[in-house]
Amino acid sequence: MKKQGTAEKGFLDKLFNDLKVNAGLYVLILPAFVFLILFAYVPMYGILLAFKEYDSSLGIMGSEWVGLYHFGRFFRSYYSSEVILNTVTISLYSLVVGFVFPIILALLLNSVGNLRFKKTVQMISYAPYFISTVVIVAMIEAFFDSDMGTVVKMLERVGVDVRIDWLISSNAFQHVYVWSGLWQTLGWNSIIYISALSGVSPELYEAATIDGATKFHKIIYIDIPSIMPTMVTLLILSVGNILSVGFEKVYLMQNENNLSTSEVISTYVYKKGILAADYGLGSAVGLFNAVINFIMLATVNFAAKKLTDYSIW
Amino acid sequence: MQSYSTTVSVKKKKMKICTEDKIFNVITYFILSLLLVVFVYPLVYVVSASISKPSEVLSGQMWLFPSSIYFDGYKEIFKYTQLWTGYGNTVIVVGLGTLLSLAVTFAAGYSLSRKDFFAKKFFMLTFVFTMFFGGGLIPTYILIAETLNMYDTLAALIIPSAVSVWNVILVRTYFMSSLPEDLLEAAKIDGCGNIKFFVSIAMPLAGPIIAVIALYNIVGRWNSYFDALIYLSTPEKYPLQLVIRNLLTQNQMTNLDPGAGVIEIENIMKVEGMKYGTIIVSTLPMLIIYPFVQKYFVKGIFVGSLKG
Repeated sequence: MKKQGTAEKGFLDKLFNDLKVNAGLYVLILPAFVFLILFAYVPMYGILLAFKEYDSSLGIMGSEWVGLYHFGRFFRSYYSSEVILNTVTISLYSLVVGFVFPIILALLLNSVGNLRFKKTVQMISYAPYFISTVVIVAMIEAFFDSDMGTVVKMLERVGVDVRIDWLISSNAFQHVYVWSGLWQTLGWNSIIYISALSGVSPELYEAATIDGATKFHKIIYIDIPSIMPTMVTLLILSVGNILSVGFEKVYLMQNENNLSTSEVISTYVYKKGILAADYGLGSAVGLFNAVINFIMLATVNFAAKKLTDYSIW
Repeated sequence: MQSYSTTVSVKKKKMKICTEDKIFNVITYFILSLLLVVFVYPLVYVVSASISKPSEVLSGQMWLFPSSIYFDGYKEIFKYTQLWTGYGNTVIVVGLGTLLSLAVTFAAGYSLSRKDFFAKKFFMLTFVFTMFFGGGLIPTYILIAETLNMYDTLAALIIPSAVSVWNVILVRTYFMSSLPEDLLEAAKIDGCGNIKFFVSIAMPLAGPIIAVIALYNIVGRWNSYFDALIYLSTPEKYPLQLVIRNLLTQNQMTNLDPGAGVIEIENIMKVEGMKYGTIIVSTLPMLIIYPFVQKYFVKGIFVGSLKG
């Protein structure tokens, strides 16, 4: 009897009932909700700026519409293709390196029998993750300076002459950026795979041993399939960020000489939009960036769903 | 005869596997040991360099262990007041920011973990959408700096970053997987309301995940640089990372001008001597807590990898 009553109730009735019964839950979620409306959704409304000539005295609504003017300015500018190309190159390069190596590390660690050695490697490999970007960049400078860098000097001592300007050369920038990034995040990013691997049932390995499988076989036929869902999820998420190369490290590593390969969308938006206060252009480029990211995420998610049955939604 | 030959072939196979596995082990240990060196060397180098004579560091004489014990760098650092002001500012931002984040994140995470919460789906969608799409830097900057008037205040570093949706989901997953439903039923019978249940029963049981979220916040806020760069203009308000950056870039003219005077060289040596010490002093709090909190961090990733 009672059940039928609730089933007949409309959406609003249910909502009002819940507001009464679970009032506390609405109170608890309210602060976070307000923060997100204010700091995530209100700025989305600010996207309108990309189509307006902002005048702070008139506000966002009152400013004059200029259509796609700012987009035109960006895409016609001499820099746009360079900036987009740099962003895509750096993020693809770090995506591949940052995706493959943590998996390899996790697989190797998982096959190590000596627990103490395993724990030591893990513990030490996480440490760089706790160092700030500012300090990491300072360390890169100390190690790779062409005159006084430690790495440069050491290689010289063994007879390898690498007196190229690692920090200044535009050719070297992306390599230094990506590989130093790997140094910092390799251990940390392997944790999620190690945790997935620790869930593999030991019986599988035993059965494989009886069937005559080598350690290498076990990695190929047991380990990799069992971390596949994790791999796909992380890959989708990182592809969804293809146009967001983190601002901090690139900006800190930039100098006049390497700008031709180190200027990326985020640093460009900062310089044009905030330093030069060209809000329209900054918003337009930011919007372009966000839309491409969203499309990439949706596409890869769709492809992953079709190909592997794993997806994030 | 037949059975004899099979056992031989099985044995042979086993032998083969053993040697293959041995080679595999050797390679694995070799790679991991090499990796260990790559991770440890830069860290040891920085520590050694911070207590060695700058001239010996610069000339490459010091390459692993301190060539001399020399504390002048640290003495200079302790006299460098901006660094300590920066330290103070960072402590304020990290402290207040973490408390605010914890309160907001846990309240929301708990609500979303409740299966009987009617509006759960709506809130989840509004929350998760912000992970994949946003207004971008400029609209956010205008909102915070101009509309909300937070330009050049520490509030700009604390308030806008209060909610991380990712952390809310971690908390939600934790509550869903570890808070028994019977507990809520029993409390309800005793007339315990939702808020009271959250404060006096759910939170005390959430110890490990509180540690995880607090530590994510502490490390993230301690190391952050960007917000301070765009929202602050008064040097006295600068947090640690901005101060260090400014100190270290003072010395950018590393290629010594052949005509550089003694005073210039001396000054460069002074900053050079402070460089590694500053790195140590600013990273020390993170490195001290690191061994203790490592397992909590790892736990956080475990919770995150559960399907929520």
